[in-house]
Amino acid sequence: MMYDTIDIALLLAKIALVFFVILTLAAYLVFAERKVLAWIQDRKGPNRVGPFGLLQPLADLIKLLTKEDFRPIGADKWLFYLAPAMAAIPAIMIFAVIPFGAPLTLFGHTVLLQVSDLNVGLLLFMALSSIAVYGVALGGWASNSKYALLGSIRGLAQLISYELSMGLSLVPVVMLARSFRLSDIVNAQSGCWFIVYQPLAFVIFLISIAAECKRIPFELPEAEGELVAGFHTEYSGMRFGLFFVGEYINIIVLGGLAATFFLGGWHGPFLPPVVWFSAKVLAFAFLFIWMRGTLPRLRYDQLMHFGWKILTPLALVNIVVTGWWLVLRG
Amino acid sequence: MKILSDIAALLTGMWITWKHMFRRPVTIQYPEEKRQPYPRYRARIVLTRDPDGGERCVACQLCSAACPVDCISMQPTEDTDGRRSAEWFRINFARCIFCGLCAEACPTLAIQMTPDFEICTRDIMDLVYEKEDLLIDGCGKSSHYNFYRHAGIGVTQPRGNGAEELPPVDVRGLLP
Repeated sequence: MMYDTIDIALLLAKIALVFFVILTLAAYLVFAERKVLAWIQDRKGPNRVGPFGLLQPLADLIKLLTKEDFRPIGADKWLFYLAPAMAAIPAIMIFAVIPFGAPLTLFGHTVLLQVSDLNVGLLLFMALSSIAVYGVALGGWASNSKYALLGSIRGLAQLISYELSMGLSLVPVVMLARSFRLSDIVNAQSGCWFIVYQPLAFVIFLISIAAECKRIPFELPEAEGELVAGFHTEYSGMRFGLFFVGEYINIIVLGGLAATFFLGGWHGPFLPPVVWFSAKVLAFAFLFIWMRGTLPRLRYDQLMHFGWKILTPLALVNIVVTGWWLVLRG
Repeated sequence: MKILSDIAALLTGMWITWKHMFRRPVTIQYPEEKRQPYPRYRARIVLTRDPDGGERCVACQLCSAACPVDCISMQPTEDTDGRRSAEWFRINFARCIFCGLCAEACPTLAIQMTPDFEICTRDIMDLVYEKEDLLIDGCGKSSHYNFYRHAGIGVTQPRGNGAEELPPVDVRGLLP
C-alpha cells in the first residue's frame, strides 16, 4: 500500500486529535467524578474555579506540576520514575485500535476514524491491558514501602483473576463477528448489537473492566481504607498525576471497547456516528462513577473467589453455548 | 436463590444513589451564604456589664482555672469601696477551643459566649483580645442579674439590704 503526503498528514492529525481528546476527556472525567460523587452525597462539588468549577482540572494540573517530586529513601530510582508512564502509556495505546466513527472521505481519501485498523486489534487490547499492570506492580515494588508493595501484589493477583474471564467473555464476540479486527466487529453489529445475543458475556466483560480499571468494587490495589493509597502511596506531584490520568484514560478506553464489542460501536440511528460513540463511552464512564458512589469494596479473597469460581466457568459455558447456537443456526 | 437477592440488593443501592443525585444539596456556600447560628452558639467570648453599667467581672480567676487550654489570664484589683475588678483581662483566641467552661464557671455571669464566629485574622497577635476588646456595654444573655445585689456583703450596700436578704439578726436580742 502506498502512502502519499496527505495520508501521512491525516494519520498524524488523527493521532494528535486522539491524544488531545483523550487527555482532555480524562482531565474532565476527574471533574465529572467529583461532581457526580458530590451530587450523590448531597453536596455541590467543585464550583469555585471558573464558571461551575469548569476550570478545576486546570487548577489540579497546575497544583500537580508545581508539587515536589519526592522519591523515598531506598526506592529503586529508575523503576520508580518509569512506573507511572508504564501505567499510562498502554492505556492510551489501546485507543489506537478503537474505531470511533464511520469512515470519512477527505481530499479524495477515505479516512478511517481509527488510528490503526489492526487485524488483531482485540489481541492487541488484551496484550496491552496485561502490560499495564507492570506499572502497578513495579511502581509498588520500587517504592520501598509496605503499603505500596501490598497494593502491587493485590494488583497482580487481581489481574490474574479477572483477565482470564475478560478474555473468555470476548471469545463469543469474535465467534459472532468472525474477526479480531475491531472495525469488522463494529460492522457485524450494524443490524443488531451483540448485547442482544450475548447479555451474559456483556455482564462478565463489564465486571472485568471494572476490575481492569481498578474501580470501586474492585479497587483493591489502592484501597485507601486499608493501604493508604496502595501502589501509588509514595508518589507525589505529576508522577501521581500520571497514575491518576492513566486510570481515567483506562475508563475511557475500556468504555469505548465495551461499546465497540457489545453496543455496536459508532452505530446508532439519527445522530452522527462520533456522537453515538462518545455518548456510549460517557455512559460507561458515568456508570463507573455511579458504582463508585454506591458500592463497597470487595475483600481480597472474595474477588479471587468471584473471578475464578464464578466468572471464568460462566464465561466458558457461554462460549460453549454460543458455539452450539452458531452450529445449529448453520 | 441467594444470587438474585444479592443482585436486588446491589440494584437497590444504585437506585438510592440515583435518587440522591437529583436531591437538593445541603451545602451552605459559606462566604456568600451565611447561616444564622443559634443564640447559645459558643463562639467569641465577651465580658458583660450589669444592668447598672458596672463591670460584672470580679476577677475571681475561676474562668482561667476552668479553662482547659489556659487561654485566659487577668490581674485582679480592688477599688476604694472594696469592689473587685480586673486590672487587665486577656483571652488568647488563638488558643481558645470555645468549650464554654469559663462561662459555666463564672459566678457573676460576666464572661459569656456569643454566636459571632468570624474572628479570623491574618496576624495571630490580633487574636489576643484585651479587656477593652472583650468588654461590651450590654448585659449579654442575662439582662437583670447583678451579682452585687445578691452577694458581695458590705461592698455596694450595707448588710441586709441585698435582694432576697433579711436584715441582720441581732444575736443578743434573741437571748431567751
